Amino acid sequence: MVKFKIHDLNIWFGSIHALKQVNMEIQSNEILSIIGPANSGKTTFLRTLNRLNDLNTNFKMTGAVEIEGEDIRGINIEVLRRKIGMVFALPLPLPLSIFENVSYGLRMHGERKKKKLEEKVEEALQQAYLWEEVKNRLEESAFKLSGGQQQRLCIARTLAVGPEVILFDEPCSGLDPISTAKVEEAMVKLKQKYTIVLVTNNVKQAARVGDRTAFFLNGELIELDRTDKIFTAPFDKRTDGYIRGKFG
Amino acid sequence: MRKLKEFIIEKLILICGLASIFFVVLIFLFLLKEGLAVFKTVSPLKFLFGKSWYPISEPAQLGILPLILGSLLVTLGAAIISIPIGVGCAIYIAEIAPLKIKEILKAGIELLAAIPSVVLGFIGMVTLVPLVKNIFHLPTGLTALSGSIMLAFMAMPTIVSIAEDALYSVPKTYKEGALALGATHWQAIWRVMLPAASSGILAAVMLGIGRVIGETMAVMMITGNAAVIPKSILVPVRTLTATIAAEMGEAVVGSEHYFALFAIGIVLFVISFAINVSADLFLHKRQQ
Repeated sequence: MVKFKIHDLNIWFGSIHALKQVNMEIQSNEILSIIGPANSGKTTFLRTLNRLNDLNTNFKMTGAVEIEGEDIRGINIEVLRRKIGMVFALPLPLPLSIFENVSYGLRMHGERKKKKLEEKVEEALQQAYLWEEVKNRLEESAFKLSGGQQQRLCIARTLAVGPEVILFDEPCSGLDPISTAKVEEAMVKLKQKYTIVLVTNNVKQAARVGDRTAFFLNGELIELDRTDKIFTAPFDKRTDGYIRGKFG
Repeated sequence: MRKLKEFIIEKLILICGLASIFFVVLIFLFLLKEGLAVFKTVSPLKFLFGKSWYPISEPAQLGILPLILGSLLVTLGAAIISIPIGVGCAIYIAEIAPLKIKEILKAGIELLAAIPSVVLGFIGMVTLVPLVKNIFHLPTGLTALSGSIMLAFMAMPTIVSIAEDALYSVPKTYKEGALALGATHWQAIWRVMLPAASSGILAAVMLGIGRVIGETMAVMMITGNAAVIPKSILVPVRTLTATIAAEMGEAVVGSEHYFALFAIGIVLFVISFAINVSADLFLHKRQQ
């Protein structure tokens, strides 16, 4: 099933043409990895999906992004963002307890019943593979967790709101290899329930977890194909060059 | 040769640096020397909590409680008015206003800060005071309330500019994180931005209040200057600052009255020092 349909997407920030004529589809329950050098537009693309770019005052967009056939600009922005969760590059726990961090979004959306909150928090932490490590210290400050645990906490916080899609923006750029492995493990299991779009600077990570991989360069989508194909027999010379580490 | 030049410049700068501390210490010592002399005739407790201030009657009664309460009442009133408006204005400027309006507002706030207090006092005297008198049907409009309103205007620029700064320096990622969870703009401001900027905003409020409590000219012109313990905000009061300004000219040098005014200076010094230190602590907490 097609989750996102993007046609003729162009994005400008002032006079900078950040995304050029992008066309693609994102399937349900897949992990789509997006790779490319700095300033290739991959994060801009990700932030288009949950309309976070709209915060930028000189942002301009043409073309359309549809989620299940509906234009994202036609959907109430808060509803859209609840549907499309996002995990950022640096873990951003709030200065609250572990429990409060995960229940934060729920409470913000008006959930007050303690029983319900507890259920949802446990469920979200289970899905983020953090439950076993924190179940006995939910009242401790989130800052006491390690970097990898904090990032999984942020994943749990996103899951608690009940999204359908999760956007990952270089989620492991600040983590050590073991923590990275745990976050990746969580991602692979999450795709059974969610659609995942992963922007990463780490080409090997894309190869490890992505079902399909898209390569962006200078705001253009150069190539999008099955991950094994991209990494063994890419169609475009530039893709090949980037994967082999010749530039970027 | 170059080394010598470096040496001289360094020492000159050192002297400049030390000079400011040196003068503060001198002022403080002078204040102490003159002010503490009053306690030879009145006990400190009686001075601070005495209920009547009749410095030139015989024998002089030197209780500054009415003055302290006057200052506190006017300051409290000013704080109640200026904090919500000031913080609200800061939120609007930092978060909501389009670029153009933001520039205009910021310029306006700076202009407000540039108005001399005597001018504000004068405007208050001819516009605000009659208004207060008519609205509340009072015998006189020279009340604590008038002073509070006027002082609120003086505290506002400090509160707005520092609180705006604090909000502006909250990392963008915090706000984006909240929005990405589906928060509305206001939820992001109220639940994430304000708590994150809280220590800076507290410092802004403290500095604003510090400005209010030290203000003299405007309060002297519009609060009525009656040294009695105020029973409501609609009566004339006299503040610590206004007392010193009004009476220093007529106090005989070396008299009890003269020393008492210096002691009031010490009380003021201690209050504003405490406010500044706590504002500083909040600011430091923010930087950590």
